[in-house]
Amino acid sequence: MSESKTKRLAIIASKGTLDWAYPPFLLASTAAAMDMEVGVFFTFYGLTLLNKKIEAKVAPQTNPAMPMKMPFGSNEFQNMEWPIPNILANNIPGYETMATSFMKKTFANKGVATIEELRDICVESGVKLIGCQMTMDVFGFDTDQFIDGVEVGGAATFLEFAADSDISLFI
Amino acid sequence: MNDIQFDQVLDCRGMSCPLPVVKTKKQIDTMAAGQVLKMIASDPGSINDMNAWAKRTGNEMLSHREEEDSYIFYIKKS
Repeated sequence: MSESKTKRLAIIASKGTLDWAYPPFLLASTAAAMDMEVGVFFTFYGLTLLNKKIEAKVAPQTNPAMPMKMPFGSNEFQNMEWPIPNILANNIPGYETMATSFMKKTFANKGVATIEELRDICVESGVKLIGCQMTMDVFGFDTDQFIDGVEVGGAATFLEFAADSDISLFI
Repeated sequence: MNDIQFDQVLDCRGMSCPLPVVKTKKQIDTMAAGQVLKMIASDPGSINDMNAWAKRTGNEMLSHREEEDSYIFYIKKS
């Protein structure tokens, strides 16, 4: 160890879309690989990332900066951007499903792990996963629907953990 | 410089961040102190990432080099 004290990372994961599901699991798994102690507090829409089956989708309509890429064809074709105006995107049935499947394929093509894989790595490497009790009550979540090993707590639980952290992120 | 002795090899070609780091950590954990891991990656970000990882975990980056489309790292477990 280059440092005597174990570093600690505390993350709040508040978003449940496919794109925003990546940063918490990606950073948590990497930090654990770097011998850090990691806790992720899942609140609001982030709670859905604790479901046994993650059904996160991407909504390009809510993010006009999102590049739309095709996951097939030649490299040049794949690297082209397809600007889809919101007026179109909002009116094509199944647009989110299509965009989600394209994003998953593009990620797979580029060797990016799936959310489930990254989450498994987090669980294996001892990342503490905490579900927000209040949002669970509000949205009707139950611990039974979550993967094993999820702790439940409130704001004080997170803050107690984060108070001794070296890095703290709200995602 | 091909004369570094190594005990294990890990091929992370085709994998993107953070998999090379995560897989390296997993492999290093199974090795004995003093053993050397040769890791091959294709992710250009792995040069900075692997050096950062080694610095943080205290494992020693003996050498790293670029070869055509791959990056080759020799890491000694501390």
